[in-house]
Amino acid sequence: MEAIAEKKSYQVDSRGYYGNFGGAFIPEMLYPNVEELRENYLSIIAEPSFQKEYNDLLRNYVGRPTPLYRANRLSEKYKTNIFLKREDLCHTGAHKVNNTIGQILMAKRLGKKRVVAETGAGQHGVATATVCALMDIECIVYMGELDIERQAPNVARMKMLGAEVRPATCGSRTLKDATNEAMRHWINNPVDTHYIIGSVVGPHPYPDMVARFQAIISEEMRWQLKEQTGKETPDYVVACVGGGSNAAGSFYHFLDDENVKLVAVEAAGQGLTSGHSAATTALGKPGVLHGSRTILMQTEDGQVVEPFSISAGLDYPGIGPQHAYLYDSGRGIFMSATDEEAVQAAFELTRFEGIIPALESSHALAVLGQLGASENENVILNLSGRGDKDMATYMKYID
Amino acid sequence: MNRITTLFSGVKDQIETGMLNVYFTAGFPELNDTMRVLQALQDGGADLVEIGMPYSDPVADGETIQKSNDQALENGMSVKVLFDQLANMRETITVPVLLMGYVNPVLQYGIENFCKKCAEVGVDGLILPDMPMDVYLNEYKAIFDAYGILNIFLVTPQTSEKRIRQIDEVSEGFIYTVSSASVTGSKSGVSEDMESYFDRLNAMQLRNPRLIGFGIKDHQTFKKASGYSAGAIIGSAFIRVLQESNDLEQDIKSFVRSVKNYPETIEA
Repeated sequence: MEAIAEKKSYQVDSRGYYGNFGGAFIPEMLYPNVEELRENYLSIIAEPSFQKEYNDLLRNYVGRPTPLYRANRLSEKYKTNIFLKREDLCHTGAHKVNNTIGQILMAKRLGKKRVVAETGAGQHGVATATVCALMDIECIVYMGELDIERQAPNVARMKMLGAEVRPATCGSRTLKDATNEAMRHWINNPVDTHYIIGSVVGPHPYPDMVARFQAIISEEMRWQLKEQTGKETPDYVVACVGGGSNAAGSFYHFLDDENVKLVAVEAAGQGLTSGHSAATTALGKPGVLHGSRTILMQTEDGQVVEPFSISAGLDYPGIGPQHAYLYDSGRGIFMSATDEEAVQAAFELTRFEGIIPALESSHALAVLGQLGASENENVILNLSGRGDKDMATYMKYID
Repeated sequence: MNRITTLFSGVKDQIETGMLNVYFTAGFPELNDTMRVLQALQDGGADLVEIGMPYSDPVADGETIQKSNDQALENGMSVKVLFDQLANMRETITVPVLLMGYVNPVLQYGIENFCKKCAEVGVDGLILPDMPMDVYLNEYKAIFDAYGILNIFLVTPQTSEKRIRQIDEVSEGFIYTVSSASVTGSKSGVSEDMESYFDRLNAMQLRNPRLIGFGIKDHQTFKKASGYSAGAIIGSAFIRVLQESNDLEQDIKSFVRSVKNYPETIEA
């Protein structure tokens, strides 16, 4: 895990930017909190005691390393070599916990007594409530009132884990409003509270810190692929992007291998031109959202547009600033999949491989046929989460 | 000379008078109420006015101002519409006018176009809480200066002395002193903690005057805050007046008068 502290050219610069994207566009009320984190996060991550505790928990609590599985029937269908990185097998059912383990250890070392988080589908909320139970720290999760209604099982899980779930009742009552409320809570409680952001978004240093905690995904991909194929780098790495934390973790250790194509898949919702979409790079333009300069979906007047996706985890109007830079610089290949395509891909994986994927990950699966990967090439797809939480949606498609 | 700078020149010597700055959201309660509210505030005796540009995601604001933002956006308010409404403002408005808002709509309008338009209609300063100081200094200050627009910075009880000095150094007009660790409208009154923070600021002998905001709602809180600064800012409490009003002109004028001149004898 020494690699977690290393620097790469597509990484954040000393000012907190990725090219023109990033920075810390925050009100003065948040400045001391963010500054405290910025000054300390790198040295805390580098502490041997932090590394030991983080790695022990990832191994013995989360269940890492997660398998890299060659999906034979899927490979046969798409006439290439498809490997699934099984983040769906992490404790709590998704990659989100890699970040919350890292951040709860960070919060403890900063002397914080309480944690606040935002959640959309509830996966990050559950992962946060889980580590707070583990560390006996008070946990408050903001969730859009609308999401509370449509994600009842995850709300129940958070409550059973001891978290207080507070509804965000203003605006569109979804993820972006929950994020606003979590930020307001942090403004109101600046000294004793740590804000665990669930994705590679927010003011610097959050995008970089979360990416570092998710970088374990690509670190394992490298040695696992070498073990299985003799090659350390694949030809493609494919991941879905909402805010983009699983993609950031999947890309992290391949950013400087220019021969590796980094494919980010956004949620097109009902279609790119339908007016009900969450495909940020296709529909957005540069601006400021939740504390960083990035690409976001907005009106001509600069108001944030409410996105739409069947997958609550991709239902976000922006992307992390590093992804904005990967898009802008051409290093990343950005594609999209509609609700229908994602659901079809979920059924295909289930019937071909016996794995029920999360709706989010299904968006990545949906572009396998469009990559143009050849028989000799290797594709790693990050299967970021499992589909249990999405059964109510999937059931509607079962005859 | 900028109207804000003019207003505050000499204020340090007569601190007890207290300048009243009132915030309201443009296009609220109705789209075309902006000029009516502004005029009534001036007529009532407000010393400065801060016009809020509504935004979909106002993270520094509490529920009252958020809801007024949502309503104003629903009414059709935008930066462009606001500048149209303010086009002839200086025919009747003599008080300094500031625009308060979040940075994204300003970026989309274009910083240079925005400052130019401010100068054209007679806006004197901007308050953009989520614009970082380093970005302002490196990228935008030259443009603000060219059009004579002041950028107002905030300090909070958590702001370090070193940073307060830095902010004082780059500020012109006044410093917006946030009274407590909170979003707008969430706490009321002036506590002992706040008083020691205000004392600490006074002892720093800053070059800029300070206006205290957040938690100011009536004559009592206004008077108390003014005892520690050049004056105070009222936002959420005024939005509530607008929400409940059946006669905007009358209610606005009597609110402003009550805040500035409420008879001492009735206070108890």
